Amino acid sequence: MTSNTEIGGRSGQFPITRWSAILAARSKDPGERSRGLEAIAAAYWKPIYKYFRLRWGKSHEDAKDLTQEFFARVIEKEFLKSFDPAKARLRTFLRVCADRFLANEFKAAKRLKRGGGAQHVSLDFEATETELGRTKTSFSAAATPQAMDDFLEKEFIRSLFGLAVETLREFCASRGKQVHFQIFEAYDLLGEESNHAGYAELARKFGIATTDVTNYLAFARREFRRIALEKLREMTASDAEFRREARALLGVKPE
Amino acid sequence: MNWLSDDAVSRLQAASALPDLAGTRYRIIQRIGSGGMGAVYLAEDAVLERRVALKILDLPDASGELATRLLREAHILARLEHPGIVPVHDAGRLSDGRVFYTMKSVEGQRLDLLIVSVGALSDRLRVFQRICDAVAFAHARGILHRDLKPDNIMIGPFGEVLVMDWGIAKILHQPVDLARGSGEEGRAAVTCTVVKTEHGTILGTPGYMAPEQARGEVESLDERADIYSLGAILQFLLIGSAPTARPVAAIARKAMAEDPASRYASASQLGEDIARFLDGLPVTAYPENIFLKIARWGSRYQLAIVLVLTYLVLRAILLVWFRR
Repeated sequence: MTSNTEIGGRSGQFPITRWSAILAARSKDPGERSRGLEAIAAAYWKPIYKYFRLRWGKSHEDAKDLTQEFFARVIEKEFLKSFDPAKARLRTFLRVCADRFLANEFKAAKRLKRGGGAQHVSLDFEATETELGRTKTSFSAAATPQAMDDFLEKEFIRSLFGLAVETLREFCASRGKQVHFQIFEAYDLLGEESNHAGYAELARKFGIATTDVTNYLAFARREFRRIALEKLREMTASDAEFRREARALLGVKPE
Repeated sequence: MNWLSDDAVSRLQAASALPDLAGTRYRIIQRIGSGGMGAVYLAEDAVLERRVALKILDLPDASGELATRLLREAHILARLEHPGIVPVHDAGRLSDGRVFYTMKSVEGQRLDLLIVSVGALSDRLRVFQRICDAVAFAHARGILHRDLKPDNIMIGPFGEVLVMDWGIAKILHQPVDLARGSGEEGRAAVTCTVVKTEHGTILGTPGYMAPEQARGEVESLDERADIYSLGAILQFLLIGSAPTARPVAAIARKAMAEDPASRYASASQLGEDIARFLDGLPVTAYPENIFLKIARWGSRYQLAIVLVLTYLVLRAILLVWFRR
């Protein structure tokens, strides 16, 4: 049985009047502020849920409630007004807020009624719980802040890539390029490194030439990169931060 | 959506970082390095069937500043046609919007890694002379490197010496022939966008950076900042050398003088002092007393002295023999 709850905005539908959701979330315009916060919640709810489960050892039900409540608080209390991108990454800020929220405020918090927002997206906690079962990470009680930030970074990248994949799927479908997406999915998303499908196998499966497989894959990857970077840009407040975050997102290690 | 496994995330990261070369003449072979703003790939030029090094921005560049810098680097390399400077072949923009340029693929070793196998000081100094030649050429063309260090020097399989990574080079002035705006290079200079580094910005590598460069005195930097870096490279080359290399140590000290006015005025002068040392001549950076002069003279004319002494001894023996 799924027990989904709705909170936040629809991913991939952030109407960009400001390119940064962080700046939008701090806007004086309530509509823009709401859309900014929803975009942030859409990208960060999974990492925060997993963080509550792994770092704080909360049960599935408690972590669910905490995640809903936390993002409701982020939206209602405008936590992000005190966020300074020059001093910390958004992930670190949210982690510190989550820790503080858990320590001081949860006892007094009232649960947000499900479906209370104006715009909603389904938070699939059951699927996220299944993901968690596959996560190899575990925290000791003495986990350092750096280890926790690294965990959140890894989960944020997974979450943001997940949103980008969904947007790519919709993008390809809207242009009649479903095969492009399916090849991308088969080659880059599914299976382990050792057993994922090769070009020739995909060409046979889809009844196209091997060169078409590589061309379709190149198209999908190019669009995926564009979409992922667009989404990342929404999650940053300056060009410098965007570049710094892009290094982590693209796995670029400065030498 | 299916859960993205760690493998899938890694594949997506690698695929996103990889340049999209569709529609170009190049095919990626492998990634061979990365720097401050770009990654370098070994690629194949399918038209000319040769390997090239392809440098590309590996970061998003919303403002276009990084793209301008990378293209500027390509323009600078195009201006510097010299055997000691890696030649640029092509520059452009990929279908994913990223700017790239291709250059000669250098199969060699970095100076800092190679130096352990080059034991003789004279061999090291000959390498250093070629670095000075390349830097002097760049200075004559109005270009300051600003990041000279052993990691940025490549030694090719046939002993060729190449000064690499002109990413933070500064254009001091337009050389005369470029200023006239004639010829291919003239056109390149016209299209090259000037990127001004703000005063106070520190670019370079600690340990190899001139004091004025470390202080961010961008506006006043001139050739003598590179002379300092050359001195630091020379000092690096002296590691493990014999005490007889004191004149070379003095050359390095002069090149690395705190006051730019006390350094060599040009890379050519620095190279010439090294040449004088290799020829057994006095160097300008190392004043000699009479004993040092005799020692150097003796060392330079060792063979002739031995021959003359042998002749004199034999002659003396013969004289004594015939007078008996």
